[in-house]
Amino acid sequence: MDLDPLALSRIQFAFTVSFHIIFPAFTIGLAAWLATLEALHLVTGNGLYRRLFAFWLKVFAVAFGMGVVSGIVMAFQFGTNWSELARRTGPILGPLLVYESFTAFLLEATFFGVLLFGRDRVPRWAYFVSTLMVALGTTFSAFWIMANNTWMQVPVAYELAGADTVPTDWGEILFNDVLWVRFPHMLLGAYLTTAFCVAATGAWYLLRHRHLSAARMMLAMGLGLAAVLTPLQMVAGHFNGEYTVEHQPAKFMTMEGRWQTEQPARLLLLAWPDVEAERNVFELGVPYLGSFVAQGSFDAAEPGILTTPRDERPPFLIPFYGFRIMVGLGLMMLALSWGGVWLMAKGRFRDPKRIPRWFLWATFLHFPSGFIAVLAGWLTAEVGRQPWVVYGLLRTADAVTPSLSGAAVLLSLLTYVLVYALIFSAGTLYIYRLLRSGFDETDPAAATAAARRGITPSRPLGVGGGPPGAVPAAPRSDTIWPQ
Amino acid sequence: MSLDLAHFWGAVLALSILIYVLLDGFDLGVGILFALNRDEAQRRDMMGSIAPVWDGNETWLVVIGTLLFGAFPVVYSIFLSAFYLPVGLLLVALILRGVAFEFRYKTRRARWLWDFGFAAGSTVASFVQGAAIGAMVQGIAVSGLAFAGSPFDWVAPFPLLCGVGLVLGYALLGAAWLVLKTEGRLRDWAYLWLPRLMTGVVVFVALALASTLAGDFRVVERWLAQPWLFTLPLIATLAAWQLYRAAAQRRYDWRPYALASLLFLTAYLMLAGSFWPWIIPYELTLADAAAPPQSLTFLFWGAGVVVLPVILIYTAVVYWVFRGKVEPGREYH
Repeated sequence: MDLDPLALSRIQFAFTVSFHIIFPAFTIGLAAWLATLEALHLVTGNGLYRRLFAFWLKVFAVAFGMGVVSGIVMAFQFGTNWSELARRTGPILGPLLVYESFTAFLLEATFFGVLLFGRDRVPRWAYFVSTLMVALGTTFSAFWIMANNTWMQVPVAYELAGADTVPTDWGEILFNDVLWVRFPHMLLGAYLTTAFCVAATGAWYLLRHRHLSAARMMLAMGLGLAAVLTPLQMVAGHFNGEYTVEHQPAKFMTMEGRWQTEQPARLLLLAWPDVEAERNVFELGVPYLGSFVAQGSFDAAEPGILTTPRDERPPFLIPFYGFRIMVGLGLMMLALSWGGVWLMAKGRFRDPKRIPRWFLWATFLHFPSGFIAVLAGWLTAEVGRQPWVVYGLLRTADAVTPSLSGAAVLLSLLTYVLVYALIFSAGTLYIYRLLRSGFDETDPAAATAAARRGITPSRPLGVGGGPPGAVPAAPRSDTIWPQ
Repeated sequence: MSLDLAHFWGAVLALSILIYVLLDGFDLGVGILFALNRDEAQRRDMMGSIAPVWDGNETWLVVIGTLLFGAFPVVYSIFLSAFYLPVGLLLVALILRGVAFEFRYKTRRARWLWDFGFAAGSTVASFVQGAAIGAMVQGIAVSGLAFAGSPFDWVAPFPLLCGVGLVLGYALLGAAWLVLKTEGRLRDWAYLWLPRLMTGVVVFVALALASTLAGDFRVVERWLAQPWLFTLPLIATLAAWQLYRAAAQRRYDWRPYALASLLFLTAYLMLAGSFWPWIIPYELTLADAAAPPQSLTFLFWGAGVVVLPVILIYTAVVYWVFRGKVEPGREYH
């Protein structure tokens, strides 16, 4: 059997980066959510925020840890498997990654220790600053990685010295329009992912009649935030489409599912492509709209992918379906979050019993929607730019490490799959347990009051080795909560 | 200007490696020693002594990787292709040890698994780093700015010896760290391991030095041409002797860690003194391998002049926040 180091390296990179992006997609938003909770607690003095903080910090710790360890893999894979890419574009991509490790990784990793262990070692303001630093670190990290990826999507401000790229204008690399529509798109995607996780957790508790005030707060904050961010995300998504039309026509035509040039062009909502025959077997489209989304006119001619030379076409199915999955999930997020705001406006959130159960179920089931949308969007962006690794400049096939043997990549790929499967299943199980066991409802003042009434407050969550599964179901003593 | 910047970034790279070795060295070392201690309460304290800082420590490895990518992209691409398998092994080892900090407290039934991952991961990661340095010193096959060897070039006596040496060295740093950070039975246990590990390191250094001096005449020439280098092994010998004494007296708990760090510093300077300014010995110098001036200048004015000092300051502040002995049996966050 002939093992192709290129194909295997592509699979390995796709696998490790897809695995990795799940965690930042969650922790970028979660870090901001933690900083918000800490700020709210500092300002209002409401203990509920503090308890929510302590609860989500535990979830953050597990997710962040997995993000860190899977991220280290990414930092080295450019060299192990894509040494030609690293050598030729290192003068531009490398410094961007240096800035990421200097301004983001060290910042978040160092202050993360304070977050987990420093509560009683630093003043309150310093603890709050630490939460801000972690949130800032995750955001910086997203910026540098988007700057990096954007340069590979739309290379700017470079000249060639032999085969090597030399930067000519860093201002252009860091402040070009494409980067500044892609970075907000990623950031909003991460915030939405977290917003729906928080809202889903609230909905889950409400369905199980637990932590009612906290659950209602999480539901309201998550959905409220999503109601604002989802439309913004759609605008950002539209701008991303615009840069794609301008700079990466082949990707755009694939996303649109258009084989033949059309005038005026339809907008395909759904289709069943036959890649062999280079046509769609089944199509559901809206006339004129395709020309409109691409060029803002109703009768413009829109080229089809068949106008692109065969060796410059991306694979068809992944960008086509990835894009539709992302957009479909966006529409569902919009419906759900606006539905939630409508319920809130009608006062249905004041009494958790008046929130319709189907709505809670729908919100609960939406917890993975952000993750799937982020993954689908990235798959569209990355597969859609093939066969280039640096668009128009360096083909993926020319970027792979020349000395690489297929057997070595197969070995490393299998190892990564095994190890990631192990830690991913364990990690999700542990996060699930954390969420299921709920959190410490005791509040010094309330606990005393409860004791006077003869209610035993729930014991603090058994972290530090409390046997999972043996954590007692938190009592349904909603009276403990300050309403 | 570009030549100066190449050396500036070479120095920052060297500093980052030193910081990494001294910081992640002790927490990898605690991980190595973890396998040797079966007492759950002591294991918790071992873990607790490094839990707030390990993540920041390990990030210096990423800093090293990205610095190579950004300032010396040729070295990044040659080095990582040459060490394809060991780097993969290192990454998997770091994953397994990294998740253990959270995972072992989330389960009782599967705790053995994460404990095994923690100890084995720490040991393998240390071994691989040592082997990579050994292979580097031995020489990497390069042709036309790309790696031209086989994936198993590093499996040779000298690199493997260096792998074992670094495991012992990190374990020494780890034991010294435990002496510094813990009390009672765990501290006594760590004191017990100090002289044993010290002896292991001394044996390793003697072997490594002998085989380098026997095999690599250019290093011998360098040492004879620059006799000040001989003060370094002298300092190392004094430090080792003091460390034996400190372990026997058990009076000042900060001493073993300071002395072990001094030992590492001298070993590191010997290595750097033998090869500077070669970055891949006898193939590429720092200046040959440097990224174009446009890249280095961009790095210099932001990352170099502004961010690096800030990093050093807040790292020191956070270590200050977590100063002192770990409270025994203190519950995990």
